[in-house]
Amino acid sequence: MTTGMTISPPSSPTNERPDENPGAAADSAVAAILAATVHPAPGAPRGVVVDSPPGAGKSTLVVRAARELVAGGEKLMIVAQTNSQVDDLVARLAEKGPDLTIGRLHAADSKPAAELSRYANVTAAPKVGDLLEQDVVISTAAKWQWVKTEARWRHAIVDEAYQMRSDALLAVAGLFERALFVGDPGQLDPFTVVGTDQWAGLSYDPSSSAVVTLLAHNPEIRPHRLPVSWRLPYSAAPLISAAFYPYTPFRSGTGPEDRRLTTSTAPDGSALDAAIDEAAEHGWALLELPARHTVRTDPQAVAATAATVHRLLTRGLTAHSEQGSTPLTADRIAVGTAHRDQAAAVRAALLKLGVPVDGSAGPAVTVDTANRLQGREYDVTVVLHPLSGRPDATAFHLETGRLCVLATRHRHACIVVARAGIPELLDEHPATEPVQLGVTMKFPDGWEANHAVLAQLNEHRVQLH
Amino acid sequence: MSLLATLARLEAVRSGHAEPLATVRHRHLSDRPMVLVPLAAAGEAGAPLAVLLGTERAAPRLHLVPQPLNRSQRFEFLAGFAAELVPYLESYGAEVEQIERTEKDPETGEKTQAFRELCADAPQLIVPNSGSVQHLALLGRSTRFRRTAEDPDPGPYPAPTRVPLLGRWLTHLTERAQVPGSSLLLPMTGLLARHWATGQSHLEDQHLGAQLAWHQPPFGIGGAELATRMETERDAAGQLLHPPAGPATDPAFDARVLAPAITRHDTALAALAALATAPGDQARLRVKQTAEELHAALLQVLLPTWQDVWRGLDLLRALPPAAHLAERWEGDRWSYTGHRDRLAAGEPPQPKQDDAVTAARKLAQREREQARLDVHEALDDPLAMAEHRLSGEAFAGVVTEVVPEYDTSGRSPKPRPLLVIRTTDRPHADQGRKVYRANHSSAQEAVIVGSDPAEGTVTVRVLNGMGRKKEPEPGSLPDPGERIVLTLFELTPRQSAPLPEPDDTPWTHGGPPGGSDRSPTATEEWE
Repeated sequence: MTTGMTISPPSSPTNERPDENPGAAADSAVAAILAATVHPAPGAPRGVVVDSPPGAGKSTLVVRAARELVAGGEKLMIVAQTNSQVDDLVARLAEKGPDLTIGRLHAADSKPAAELSRYANVTAAPKVGDLLEQDVVISTAAKWQWVKTEARWRHAIVDEAYQMRSDALLAVAGLFERALFVGDPGQLDPFTVVGTDQWAGLSYDPSSSAVVTLLAHNPEIRPHRLPVSWRLPYSAAPLISAAFYPYTPFRSGTGPEDRRLTTSTAPDGSALDAAIDEAAEHGWALLELPARHTVRTDPQAVAATAATVHRLLTRGLTAHSEQGSTPLTADRIAVGTAHRDQAAAVRAALLKLGVPVDGSAGPAVTVDTANRLQGREYDVTVVLHPLSGRPDATAFHLETGRLCVLATRHRHACIVVARAGIPELLDEHPATEPVQLGVTMKFPDGWEANHAVLAQLNEHRVQLH
Repeated sequence: MSLLATLARLEAVRSGHAEPLATVRHRHLSDRPMVLVPLAAAGEAGAPLAVLLGTERAAPRLHLVPQPLNRSQRFEFLAGFAAELVPYLESYGAEVEQIERTEKDPETGEKTQAFRELCADAPQLIVPNSGSVQHLALLGRSTRFRRTAEDPDPGPYPAPTRVPLLGRWLTHLTERAQVPGSSLLLPMTGLLARHWATGQSHLEDQHLGAQLAWHQPPFGIGGAELATRMETERDAAGQLLHPPAGPATDPAFDARVLAPAITRHDTALAALAALATAPGDQARLRVKQTAEELHAALLQVLLPTWQDVWRGLDLLRALPPAAHLAERWEGDRWSYTGHRDRLAAGEPPQPKQDDAVTAARKLAQREREQARLDVHEALDDPLAMAEHRLSGEAFAGVVTEVVPEYDTSGRSPKPRPLLVIRTTDRPHADQGRKVYRANHSSAQEAVIVGSDPAEGTVTVRVLNGMGRKKEPEPGSLPDPGERIVLTLFELTPRQSAPLPEPDDTPWTHGGPPGGSDRSPTATEEWE
């Protein structure tokens, strides 16, 4: 490590405390958050921050907080980051709270998802003036920035707050008095394509995350934590917790036997089937191609990724979980990549194999970049490793959040496709980003997290020749 | 790095000379740029050592600090530097044009015609590399708050009058240099790297001499070999034949040439001072001699870089200017005019740090300008557009068919014709995606309705830009056989969202900024 610092690992993997009921731990955390949000003590800080690991019930929390605030006679605004996040949230709210009236504020040139028209309690409009009577008004941060209204909301909920940029919060913070900020600190940081070194170290660096700025200016806010991941299986939670959340450990809500993948056909002896069986049994598999420097859209790695998805569908897998047993269909599978052209190449390869990839025409496999898979959940994911085939390891490819998003989308199993030689590549490219005064070092850095994940994957390696 | 840039680098490795990355020049070049080569003293961050500058290639002017640790000498140097630079910068402030604007009266809300001055041209500084830009920014930061004898409270060490003014100009220019596509202050290595690819790494390209070695290397020697010579060849005394372009100097020069020369000059000055009562001609002569030695030593390491920068300008001027240069240069002119007006209005120097709102505004401006620059470059240069075509974000092709169709949902039918385009590109032609017609007289949008990768055709429905009548205006649609370019990215960048006024900074960002800040009085050792 370049810093020469030793960071001791978290005390113990959190799954080794079976005596404590995960449901009870999660419930008490949620109760504390709701109390602080709905009935703040006099003089309490104006913000409540909730750090949530992947799949810890963040959306459920947002829906509950919104319902309780409205039940208390309040109106509120909700800020999410992308249009699909807003649409997802509107659908959840409308379903769980049929008594709520919900306003979906959208841009003039982007219509909300068509599914939302099935809910009678949802009103969509491009002007906030038409929605002021609604209990809840939801939109993206980008759209809220254009809202000018005399009326202020007493309460706001900011969803995926760690992906919101500080300058976006600056533009919308005048619209509300108090806010609940919910997000996953382990996911991708917001980014910009222009240089921002000039502001590095300032508490309000406009390119940093909204939560970082908020906490720097409001040190009395103590972030709450959600301690249980309901999405990640027992096989994944300890690794993800240790690799990406060393100071805020969490556990899985399910035990070792709760999630199972079964196949209805025997393996055909191929490496693909061996990798699928390994993943079905252990929750992880590394499908390793021979070492080689390649272009970004490495044709062999793309073909292997597509073929793995194809076999997943043709082998008739069934996912058994606490929610019952369901066949593994295309819409329960996602492919994650680092770059958009890689996603496009995988999509083209899947189409050639006859696998549907267009969600608008029925169940289809989702193929997208880490940025766009944030907040999504699938049964099985196939990940094209960001460092596969690369001659170098740049800050982009090493970013902790990128790997964290890709490795935490699954309920059952994750299959990583990569070329051999990534550990050596990492060793040749220690992090070289300059250390800026006043900027809190993020631990673990991508270098360390990548090594931790690779070490685990190595135990589930299947070589493809 | 894009695939095309990587390919160009590989080709440069094979051919041994720089390969073009652009067919036109993408940055504005002034007719009378000021070339400026600064050097920094080793050991102290941002300490100036010398600067070679001028608008005449044959007449560079050298300013130097004979003893870099001596603050009085440093400020004499800065005063001389300012006396040279500030008049050049101010010389563009006199000639203005009047721009008519509609302004809204803040009280009545009525729209009135107002005129604003815009300087007809603006100055331009060319420095060797981005390190020089950073050095100038440090100089600006360390001088713009200095108090002068004219201040009510000048303090024990008032600076010469023009020094804080120099600092404010340098701060403005180096800030503006952060805006993508701006041209008030440009580093030559960046200019060359935008227009040509060499067969070496980006890091090696930071050495101006080595980067230029790839341009027209002499017969029989490849760019790689000449670049290595530029970086490493030394004379019998161990000095680099081609010194680095600064602002840092070669340690061998510091140790064996510069330090002894400074010491000799210091000694001569001390000897002169010791004879204060009856200064002898001998001692005066010695001071003059040692000063000239120092001058000659610095000129020798600066001149090669000076020539390099001008050679770079020759190369760039041989390229035809891009079509959108004037439009972007107008932004620079506004920036220059704005600073001129702030100085004239007696406003205080730029604050030490931006407040939250100013920082967010600047970031928004830079992002907007980056988007605009990307679009401009793509429209101006087929090579830049080729990168977008390769990445599937644009496609070029020949129109094979124009099918007149109409939207009859409204009261009167509107033209919504289909264009079938045969292309060898492979765009991400998802159905329903909007496309924009590039290099057309007016903005025109279409939507992808189908594509056949096997046939190599994409079908789009034109949505607008055809006039108000039932039939499209003549010339508004391409004819069959015409070649068109369509992009999947918007050609008019979006506006940035409004931000609150600094006084309305919300609680999440610490509330309104506090009072003005002024640099503390210097407590450093002065001489």
